[in-house]
Amino acid sequence: MATREIAGKIVHVNEEGFLTDPSEWNRDIAIELAKEEGIPELTPAHWKIIEFCRQDAGATGKAPTLRRISTMAGVSTKELFALFPKGPAKKVAKIAGLGKPEGCV
Amino acid sequence: MKKILILGAGTAGTIVANRLAHELSNGDWKITVVDQSEIHYYQPGFLFIPFGIYSRQDVQRPRRDYLPREVETIIAEIELIEPERNRVTLKNGRVLSYDYLIIATGARIAPEETPGLMEHEWRRSIFDFYTVDGACALQKRLRTWEGGRLVLNIAEMPIKCPVAPLEFLFLADWYFHEMGIRDRVELILATPLPGAFTRPRASAILGGLLEEKRIQVVPEFTLMEVDPDGKKIISYDGTEVEYDLLVSIPVNMGDAVIARSGMGNELNFVPTDKHTLKALHYDNVFVLGDAADLPASKAGSVAHFQADVFIENFLRYIDGLELKPTFDGHANCYIESGFGKGFLIDFNYDVEPLPGKFPLPGIGPFSLLQESRVNHWGKMLFRWMYWNILLKGKPLPITAQMQMAGKWN
Repeated sequence: MATREIAGKIVHVNEEGFLTDPSEWNRDIAIELAKEEGIPELTPAHWKIIEFCRQDAGATGKAPTLRRISTMAGVSTKELFALFPKGPAKKVAKIAGLGKPEGCV
Repeated sequence: MKKILILGAGTAGTIVANRLAHELSNGDWKITVVDQSEIHYYQPGFLFIPFGIYSRQDVQRPRRDYLPREVETIIAEIELIEPERNRVTLKNGRVLSYDYLIIATGARIAPEETPGLMEHEWRRSIFDFYTVDGACALQKRLRTWEGGRLVLNIAEMPIKCPVAPLEFLFLADWYFHEMGIRDRVELILATPLPGAFTRPRASAILGGLLEEKRIQVVPEFTLMEVDPDGKKIISYDGTEVEYDLLVSIPVNMGDAVIARSGMGNELNFVPTDKHTLKALHYDNVFVLGDAADLPASKAGSVAHFQADVFIENFLRYIDGLELKPTFDGHANCYIESGFGKGFLIDFNYDVEPLPGKFPLPGIGPFSLLQESRVNHWGKMLFRWMYWNILLKGKPLPITAQMQMAGKWN
């Protein structure tokens, strides 16, 4: 499996750049990955979503879908698109160090 | 006497009712199945109705004709499931208790979830083909349609049969050719996916086919609302796609009874162990078919393979043995590609659709991930197999677990 260095740490990633082991993640990695995804700065609103997703994935074993984030974190889909443009579920999953959401089967 | 209660007599529920009646025929078990309607629909056939290939009569049969005599069949709506109390209440007030519950209540389209979709233009310039009424209404519209922009939109994943939207477009391309108006029709696929399909390898091949057939793709389009008067669909990031005729695959959700009973996730699908099919939170509840929240395709073939795996496991379970994690997410789908040809794909949770021969390695007669006439005939013959073999739980020469023999990487 491929590895790469992000924010001074070596982590395992898949071919699409998703971390394959959520425990290798830290907040510095999130900040770097967000920049790569075109989000220059992570605001408290971003962190709220990232933390919800980390927590939810910890409980269910998989990255939440867009609808799940919006329903359970109480943030409208429109806001999610504003925070993480073009595919929020996939983007948050990547930044939060989770696998790709399985909703897209 | 122990009681098994099956909710839903669609593909999964009917197969399991037949198999259980056969396996547990010793008089120690009472099996009851509940469904809300007298008609069983062959849902894969809906796709063909808009193009006049099938009619309503081809896709419906009396539900009771496919359920075994030994099984008590109740036609009623379900009001509430109370898994802590091992009982189910029907709308008519009747209460059913059980030792084991099998939830097979399926998925349905929920056009009401999207603003503008099911308003005054519904079934005038906006259609669905995931219901028999929608498919028939669209058939009527297409018969006299003179051309324009036909947009097929997938509102949100997951949907039943993720290849159906592509098949619809391939068949539409063929249909408009035959009508002599293909040059006056633009075909557009607006999808939340990054490409034509959910799996990269099949997506590349099917995407090539879309291009060949001059079908445009608008990827990563997540539907926010429909403007029925301005005739456009609008995504959350502000992209607008105009249409003359909108064919919508609305949000797919599990049955409302799942939500009423507090057993579902945000789309009313029941959290289920993806390898044993047992409900995550209950030890005597199993979930089969589209009702489960599995990362597998919502398709009849999946329900069929699940039923095979489930029966073997369930017989172990009632004897006090552990469940084996044997379901692998196997799906097997014919894809109509128009002009009398088709594809066949075979995949599971972990393995992509691969090229090869199926079901006999090296022989076929079907070709995997490749267009052929035989694959088309396979799909057409499948309707007969569905009614006469599959629903009745009789064996088919296809294994429940995906096989690697006869495939190449």
